[in-house]
Amino acid sequence: MEVKEQDPVTGRETTGHEWNGIKELDTPVPRGILLFLIVTHIWAVAWWFFAPTWPLGTTYTKGLLGIDQRTTVEERVVEGQQARQDWMARIESEPYDQILADENLMQIVRSSGRQLFGDNCAACHGRDARGRANYPDLTDGDWIWGSGPEAIEQTMRVGVNTEHPESRIGQMPAFGRDGMLERDQVRAVAAYVYSLTHPEFSTPENVERIEAGQQVFAETCSACHGETGEGSAEAGAPNLTDNYWLYGGDLDTIIATVHGGRQGHMPTWDERLTNAEIRMLSLYVHDLGNRQP
Amino acid sequence: MIDKLTYSERQSASFILVAVAVVGLLMAAFGNSNQLGVHGVIVMIFAAALLYPVLSAIYAPEPVEDREASYYDDPIKVGIVLAMAWAIFGMFMGVWVAAQLAWPNLAFDAAWSTFGRLRPTHTSGIIFGFGGNALIATSFHVVQRTSRARLAGQVSPWFVLFGYNLFCVLAVSGYFIGVTQSKEYAEAEWYADLWLVVVWVTYFILYLRTLARRKEPHIYVANWYFMAFILVVAMLHIVNNLAIPIAWSSAKSYTIWPGVQDAMVQWWYGHNAVAFFLTAGFLGMLYYYLPVRAQRPIFSYRLSILSFWGIVFFYMWAGSHHLHYTALPHWVQTLGMTFSVMLLVPSWASAGNALLTLNGAWDRVRSDATLRFMMAAAVFYGLSTFEGSFLAIRPVNALSHYTDWTVGHVHAGALGWVALITFGSIYTLVPTLWKRERMYSAALIEWHFWLAIAGTLIYIFAMWNSGIIQGLMWRTYTGENTLAYSFVDSLVAMYPYYIARAFGGLLFLIGAAIGCYNIWMTVKAVPSTVPATPDAPETAAAVPGE
Repeated sequence: MEVKEQDPVTGRETTGHEWNGIKELDTPVPRGILLFLIVTHIWAVAWWFFAPTWPLGTTYTKGLLGIDQRTTVEERVVEGQQARQDWMARIESEPYDQILADENLMQIVRSSGRQLFGDNCAACHGRDARGRANYPDLTDGDWIWGSGPEAIEQTMRVGVNTEHPESRIGQMPAFGRDGMLERDQVRAVAAYVYSLTHPEFSTPENVERIEAGQQVFAETCSACHGETGEGSAEAGAPNLTDNYWLYGGDLDTIIATVHGGRQGHMPTWDERLTNAEIRMLSLYVHDLGNRQP
Repeated sequence: MIDKLTYSERQSASFILVAVAVVGLLMAAFGNSNQLGVHGVIVMIFAAALLYPVLSAIYAPEPVEDREASYYDDPIKVGIVLAMAWAIFGMFMGVWVAAQLAWPNLAFDAAWSTFGRLRPTHTSGIIFGFGGNALIATSFHVVQRTSRARLAGQVSPWFVLFGYNLFCVLAVSGYFIGVTQSKEYAEAEWYADLWLVVVWVTYFILYLRTLARRKEPHIYVANWYFMAFILVVAMLHIVNNLAIPIAWSSAKSYTIWPGVQDAMVQWWYGHNAVAFFLTAGFLGMLYYYLPVRAQRPIFSYRLSILSFWGIVFFYMWAGSHHLHYTALPHWVQTLGMTFSVMLLVPSWASAGNALLTLNGAWDRVRSDATLRFMMAAAVFYGLSTFEGSFLAIRPVNALSHYTDWTVGHVHAGALGWVALITFGSIYTLVPTLWKRERMYSAALIEWHFWLAIAGTLIYIFAMWNSGIIQGLMWRTYTGENTLAYSFVDSLVAMYPYYIARAFGGLLFLIGAAIGCYNIWMTVKAVPSTVPATPDAPETAAAVPGE
């Protein structure tokens, strides 16, 4: 049944098998392939001698090099820690003033803090730390909870409105929704607050509303935001007389803020980052704010 | 199609479908309003949709012709159509998830459309829906032609095809509603897995029985690969999916494998799914449709033997290279790495055997896009198997692992090898099956070919760049021994490549849509002439003395 044929193209014989017209040539395995096969096997067997490879009951062949990934990684981690130790220890223990005065150390804070900020803070504050609606810009030099690395460190450690026992509490009540102010009063006080940063808003037709708002402000808002509206870092009450707005400074947004209140949230990093990391980030963030004119 | 079945075969088909519907009813009843209940309803609808045509034709006249005198092609035709439908679905989902990586808002703030749920609909839709249906259809075709025997069953081929698609529907619909056992490429839950075991064992028995009826003294190489595919996938599927449901009324189960053993079993499964589903099965396709289209004998029978046994032996050991530098013991990693490198030669021997088979037919590769599909597939097969062995080397893997390089590597295989060989095979098969002289339009095959090639190249170049940049950024240290880049920095660097990747995928999808149109028009065209070459199994009467 098996009829071997000569293939006119290659000159090889077929095997004599045929399936629905498909035939096979009886070509020997090319030498290159056999050579290549030998090379890869030598490479593999060499590895078996040098690295841990074959299981032997409860143990395994350890290999001539005596390497094991677990010890390798442990050694590398220790090496890295040692290489960072000097400057890390200084950041962890030296007073902030001293670190800020040391330009070399601050260079390290800037380059290593950037990566730390990217992995921990950028999700909300943005990679450039400029924030976005509802998340504060950290580069503008305006600080709700006080300026300086100490205040920033405290905010990072305890967070804002968290379950940390010492959490910073920033509660802007919902004056309109909870019925503390009438609808007209909400609109009036918002107009007053808006006029603080927009003098051109104090036109004759708005004056009455703004004055009514000023009255409401003195009675209701000044407890936290101060009589002049310049805010209080103690209460986490922002300055309303500058042009930095966390939730937006247009009239409609201010009305929405007074009506519905604001309770921002910043997580606590006490448990998640080491002391040195928190201090480095405090310096990094402080430095970002300071670099602004 | 029902008219080709006898009355008793129609009865058994109805009985099976009623039984499936009853199981669906029980799932719906026990599952109540949970996800299992939803799947119970889907099972009932699926069974009812198939029961309707069977029951409407149950008293139709029985077939009078001798069925053994012709090949059984109806299930193959349906399988091809299903494969193309899944291709469009799966590729569309792929383009969507790729676009989500560049523009996350494309999830539209819904739970079902988040990346985590859509991504497995893409992978399962392509691997199981497109790849699986194409493999079932072509294996039915190849085993009949190379055995010169009809499939050994009238109802069981339909059971395998539709049963398998029920599994695919359960898997994919489950992801949208949050059903997953969180094992990559094995996300479907316990009840779908059990069903697949029944279907797959039927497939295996059907294949064996058909081979046993062969009128040829030897079993052709394509069938070795299809057999390896069916047998090993059954083994992998069962072992990796051993799990205990939290209740019979719940869709949720937990694997029996603990900790790092679970990881090892998963990647033994995962890598061999690539080996025996996406490689062995498709090599079966290559070994039949390439020589048929090229009209050339296979370059070397001896090389076929070497590469077949090399592939089935070495692949089994390679899975642990997915777990380099993890909790998996070092020695298992060395084994995985060395076997992955030894695997390279048999893989290249297969690719080389395919390309050397084209000697004497290169003029046809130039003029015939169908054959060129298969030639390009063999080239991409060689490329991605080299890349795979390379990435399995531990120090290389230290750079590539968890990066887009892996994604690019998988798609060099999935787009360049699996999809291209499938399209080449389907374009060869469709005119034969529907008894047409040729495909409706050779120009559209050219368009499909170049769109697919352009899409694949854009995709893998984007992912090479993206992956290597990612890997380098993650391991770059400052002078103070701290990381130079945050994770977000690496995401920003990926952005242009993610857009390029989505674009490459879109080109590939457009090509597949053109393919669907071309197939549809070929099927619709009225046959001009009866094919000159006889295409029928050898019956006992035709072979005197057997």
